[in-house]
Amino acid sequence: MKKEELQSLLESWSLDLTFIEGETQFLEVEVPAEKLSELSLKLKEESDTAFDYLFALTGVDYGKDLGVVYHIESTTHNHMIVLKVKTSDRENPNFDSVNDIWPAAYFNESEAYDFFGIKFNNHPHLTRIFMDEDWKGWPMRKDYTDEFNMLTR
Amino acid sequence: MENQMENQEFLADKIRTQEYQLNMGPQHPATHGVMRMILQLDGEEIKNVEPVLGYIHRSIEKMCEKSSYKQIIHLTDRLDYLSSHMNNEAVTLLVENALGIEVNDRIKIIRTIIAELTRMASHQLWWGVMGMDTGALTTFMYAFRDRELINEIMEETCGARLTMNYNIIGGLRYDIHDNFVKRVKEFIVHFKEKLPEYDNLLSNNVIFRKRTEGVGIMTKEQVIAYGMNGPTARASGFECDIRKKLPYSAYGMVDFEEVLRTEGDAFARYKVRIDEMWQSMNIIEQLIDKIPEDDFRMKTKPIIKLPKGDFLQRVETARGDFGVYAMSDGGKNPTRFKFRSPSFANLHGLNKMSENTKIGDLVVNFSTIDVVVPDIDR
Repeated sequence: MKKEELQSLLESWSLDLTFIEGETQFLEVEVPAEKLSELSLKLKEESDTAFDYLFALTGVDYGKDLGVVYHIESTTHNHMIVLKVKTSDRENPNFDSVNDIWPAAYFNESEAYDFFGIKFNNHPHLTRIFMDEDWKGWPMRKDYTDEFNMLTR
Repeated sequence: MENQMENQEFLADKIRTQEYQLNMGPQHPATHGVMRMILQLDGEEIKNVEPVLGYIHRSIEKMCEKSSYKQIIHLTDRLDYLSSHMNNEAVTLLVENALGIEVNDRIKIIRTIIAELTRMASHQLWWGVMGMDTGALTTFMYAFRDRELINEIMEETCGARLTMNYNIIGGLRYDIHDNFVKRVKEFIVHFKEKLPEYDNLLSNNVIFRKRTEGVGIMTKEQVIAYGMNGPTARASGFECDIRKKLPYSAYGMVDFEEVLRTEGDAFARYKVRIDEMWQSMNIIEQLIDKIPEDDFRMKTKPIIKLPKGDFLQRVETARGDFGVYAMSDGGKNPTRFKFRSPSFANLHGLNKMSENTKIGDLVVNFSTIDVVVPDIDR
């Protein structure tokens, strides 16, 4: 399905989505955090969209906001969509886990938690997958200071 | 005597079975790098595999946020060091596509030939290690004998044997060596003779067949759900070859087959890689006489700035679908640079693959998903 067709289809679902304007590679959609799991399930289940392959899950620090970017592909239609969720809560950021919809999210959500401190509700086993368990702070955040780094000290 | 009898009766009431945990790694030779696995076992049967990662985490993604795009290229060959050329290519293509630089056919063809040579070298190493993991020690020697020839070609042209750093934005670092075409042709002739030997030695070996056939079966649906990719996923019938799906460089100019199998077991995963080596030779043969005379480098600006926005580039490395995702605010550094690692995605399937199999099968399964641990840890 082409970008425009996909956009008009998603608009008809009325889930309060914001479409990112401009020359983007794929259709980029900003989703309110509370609508994320509803939209994800619909994207996977509807036969017109059939997004069944979670290609990448990326934690992002936008400076003020924290967010997650999902690249989801359909293996039947060969189209891709980019979902973006954001939160301004830096103390306790949390989103719904998509692990039950795409099991591929299992490790990736742990990675986003490990580096950005983003929690995923209902994730079965959220751990500090790369860092030590007693590591303090979230190293990929922009405001993280690394006292051992000779380049920034 | 009486006492002993009593003891036995006492024990008979108490005897029970229970699941236990076993630690595998971090220095276990079968883990192909420094990775640890916690196995939940019932007797010898595996109930759960929990990988413990991060032993070689070097925060490459964070380093990228402070580096220019030219510098980032050279960090990527430390991810999956066996696919270093393809990793470099992913970043160069990302930048070139974002800036609208179209490289000439000479660059495209040379990149593709080197990428296929790298893929073969990677598969050769994997084949040697796969044999070793299943108890056939000679395979490693055979593989390294043939791999050495590729490394010599790389050394002459790129100046390095493993981490080539041959790609730069807008072209190649050096022109190909005068001997390049001759030596590649010699290698193809040599390897066409040797690859059937690989089959005779390992693929048709009864012990090897018994250890791999029907082991660790993954269906196509499972492979897609777990986000798996590359030869591992193609063994289950999932068409995911980026070279076919989204052709880049010179893959659009050549005619080759995407190797697919439907069994989904360890032997299918093994066989896909063997057949991919034939396809790599096929691609190189089609291109090697077609390298046109042209510049090996296009003119680019000294300071590279990406336009504002998000960019994604995917390439097919020897492990699978490698994705580079850059977020730019218009400056000379990215604000976020993510590597979507094929090994990390495949690792997730290992638990499902090893459910209710024996410990020995875990080693086989782990070999056939062919992970490179630095690519997982990043």
